[in-house]
Amino acid sequence: MQPVIQVNNLSKQYKNIKAVDALSFTVNEGDVYGFLGQNGAGKSTTIRMLLTLIQPTAGEIKLFGLNLQKQRKKVLRNIGAIIEKPDVYKYLSAYNNLKLFARMSGVHPSEKQIMQQLDMVGLIDRAHDKVHTFSQGMKQRLGIAIALIHDPQIIILDEPTNGLDPQGIADIRNLILHLSREMKKTLLISSHLLNEMEQVATRLLIIDKGKKLVEGTTNELFDPAQTLIELETLNNAEAFALIGNSLWHDNLQPQRNNKILVKMHRNTIPDFNVWLVQQNIKVVSLQARHSLEDYFLQITSGTQHVAAFTN
Amino acid sequence: MTYILKILLLLLTIHLSLFTYSQDVTDLVNKVKAKLDKVKDYSANGVLKTDVAFIKAPVSKIIVYYKKPNHFRLVKNGGISVLPKGGISVNMSTVISTNNFTALDAGYITIDNIKTKIVKLLPNDDSSNVVLSTLYIDEANLLIRKAVTTTRENGTYELNMSYKKYMEYGLPDKVVFSFNAKDYKLPKGITLDFDENTSPDKMNKLKNKKGKVEIDYSSYNINKGINDAVFTKN
Amino acid sequence: MWQLLQIELYKIFRRPRTYIAFGATAVLIILLQFGLKVDGQEYADFMLQNLGNFDVQGKLLNGYMVCYIVLQLMLVHIPLLVTLVAADMISGEANIGVLRLVLSKPYSRTSVILAKFWATCIYTLLLLIWVAILALFVSMLVFGTSDLFLMKSEYIVIIKQDDVFWRYCCAFCFAFVALVTVASVGFFLSAFAENSIGPIITTMSIIILFTVLGTLNLPVFDYINPYLFTTHMVIWKEFFDEKVNANNEAIAGTIQDMPAIIHSLLVLSTYIIVLVGATIFIMRKKDILS
Repeated sequence: MQPVIQVNNLSKQYKNIKAVDALSFTVNEGDVYGFLGQNGAGKSTTIRMLLTLIQPTAGEIKLFGLNLQKQRKKVLRNIGAIIEKPDVYKYLSAYNNLKLFARMSGVHPSEKQIMQQLDMVGLIDRAHDKVHTFSQGMKQRLGIAIALIHDPQIIILDEPTNGLDPQGIADIRNLILHLSREMKKTLLISSHLLNEMEQVATRLLIIDKGKKLVEGTTNELFDPAQTLIELETLNNAEAFALIGNSLWHDNLQPQRNNKILVKMHRNTIPDFNVWLVQQNIKVVSLQARHSLEDYFLQITSGTQHVAAFTN
Repeated sequence: MTYILKILLLLLTIHLSLFTYSQDVTDLVNKVKAKLDKVKDYSANGVLKTDVAFIKAPVSKIIVYYKKPNHFRLVKNGGISVLPKGGISVNMSTVISTNNFTALDAGYITIDNIKTKIVKLLPNDDSSNVVLSTLYIDEANLLIRKAVTTTRENGTYELNMSYKKYMEYGLPDKVVFSFNAKDYKLPKGITLDFDENTSPDKMNKLKNKKGKVEIDYSSYNINKGINDAVFTKN
Repeated sequence: MWQLLQIELYKIFRRPRTYIAFGATAVLIILLQFGLKVDGQEYADFMLQNLGNFDVQGKLLNGYMVCYIVLQLMLVHIPLLVTLVAADMISGEANIGVLRLVLSKPYSRTSVILAKFWATCIYTLLLLIWVAILALFVSMLVFGTSDLFLMKSEYIVIIKQDDVFWRYCCAFCFAFVALVTVASVGFFLSAFAENSIGPIITTMSIIILFTVLGTLNLPVFDYINPYLFTTHMVIWKEFFDEKVNANNEAIAGTIQDMPAIIHSLLVLSTYIIVLVGATIFIMRKKDILS
């Protein structure tokens, strides 16, 4: 797998704040690269540096083996991006916006090609309507169409599912998978919808306070031995005490959201289930979660910002 | 007794000679007027030059129309002309336009190597706009070489005439009309010329109160008939 | 660059707001022409009463004169209309969030900024041509032509009919440079803002302030007046002043103070180069956070 994006020791300093701190990562060809972090972690700053919207204070960025600063035009021709909330010219129609941005990206698509692109994102019926009549979800889809119109090799999506309904989110997921698997594109996606990222991402980068925390495939990051089970019973206090005094006491985790958490290897879950029945613990629900969300919350600062959300 | 008679005779002689003298000047003026009266109307092509300190005007081609007794119009084809008020009728007939005047002999003077008779015309009509006209008449040719007229409304102006081709009609080839020009100034709030700052030298020049209008006539069409409508301002 | 310029012009002329300027100037000029057609003689008589003991004959209120009056009265309005577009070129796109998309395309920031500036200049030129058509050609059609009779504060200038038109051509060319200077100010301020209201108001405030300083004629401001671009913007009127010869006859085809015009052109051009250069410099360094 050839690396298409190589970031080495990238930093961005704003007066007293270091937004990005010696960040290094690699995105390989064909990756669906999940770029995760809390609000203010430095994701958008990093993405903007990849698109030359922000000047790095230090470090190097290479795309397709070319130095971004020195070969900017050549590099940017092969990148399509949505940066945060995609905004377009509201006084133009979807068709004219797409045509305009295509020309800015260096391509001259035919009318048919433009309509095909709009069809792909579900906007063909609104092609000639002014964008100021569009909903946020429609603007988001138009933004995706703009990012793809010039057939770039790298697609950078910063919060692509913002403002979309569940169907829209599912559509984006399918689109991402299509772009990755059928069209062999490389995608760098920043999103807050961790369960969505879990479904599409092949590799992940998690940053916090501008620094890299972890980078790797989901398999590398999620230890099967660390499967988290969420247990809800009719009497959680009694069940918690029983587990705490049993052979499963080492697996017991602090409670969260009125649920008992137990961590164990995936393969021992059936045994634990049997033990629960034997102890006559009335189980309401039992869910095995080796979720990205949990992993994410574990390795990031994990601080709940609002006391009311803490149990 | 004889002595008194001699003095009376002397006074009578002086009086008669004065009367004869004054009568001579009046006759001269009448002869000049009679010559001018031969011209019932004319149209003349000419070139107008305006020389006033605060007016920048180009030299313009004009046509001048005249019809007895006192119709006069200066037309600049398709253009704008600026002429002093009162002296607009730059025409000899209007200089001696009144029959009711007293002519006084004021001697001789040489103008452009031509001996001219100085005649002072005093209108008898007290309500006349003209207060005094001084004519410098070329007796041999019955031509007015120069006229200085003082008016009630428009001050004093001076006419200098040169004659060549149309001497027999008393029509000049060139007329120079000199007059006093009042100060000109417009507030910058009206002209919106806030950028203008005139230098002191230029200011002094602009304060020059003498103005001059010159008309060089190239040709006259005399007594060919002119419609009255020509003199109607539109 | 040509591609970018086409795109910028497309954006400008697809925007409804752009046509406000053309509509506003048309209404203003037509109203002025209507007023002068109806009451123009009274206006002329009012001006002529200051002439003292002179009679003025001829068609004073002709098309050339009307055009001059219209241009004098529109000195403040046209720069405002130019500012509406110029000051919106960068900050407007930052405000709607498009700027980040535009600057992430494979064009240098210098090219993008220059394309925006050239598009602003073309818009200004088209607006000026529109004003010229209405103020000059329509006036000539409605009021006819004759000599141009101008009453300045200290003296009067009469310019022959066939000597006027080329002066208007030169004056409009000069006005273009003056308006591009105004556009440069708005354009420069637009680089600092993410909302076009600020740059528009600031540009107009600067124009008004500089105009007032230039008008006050106070000695303390004499030092700075030569450096204010508004002082030089009005020099277009110098095209309507001619030299005289020793006999005080106006010389057709001449301009009284050509060095003043050239000097003003140089000052205005310097403003344009410095402001646009500074805009490019700032935008090249600026982090796009909008």
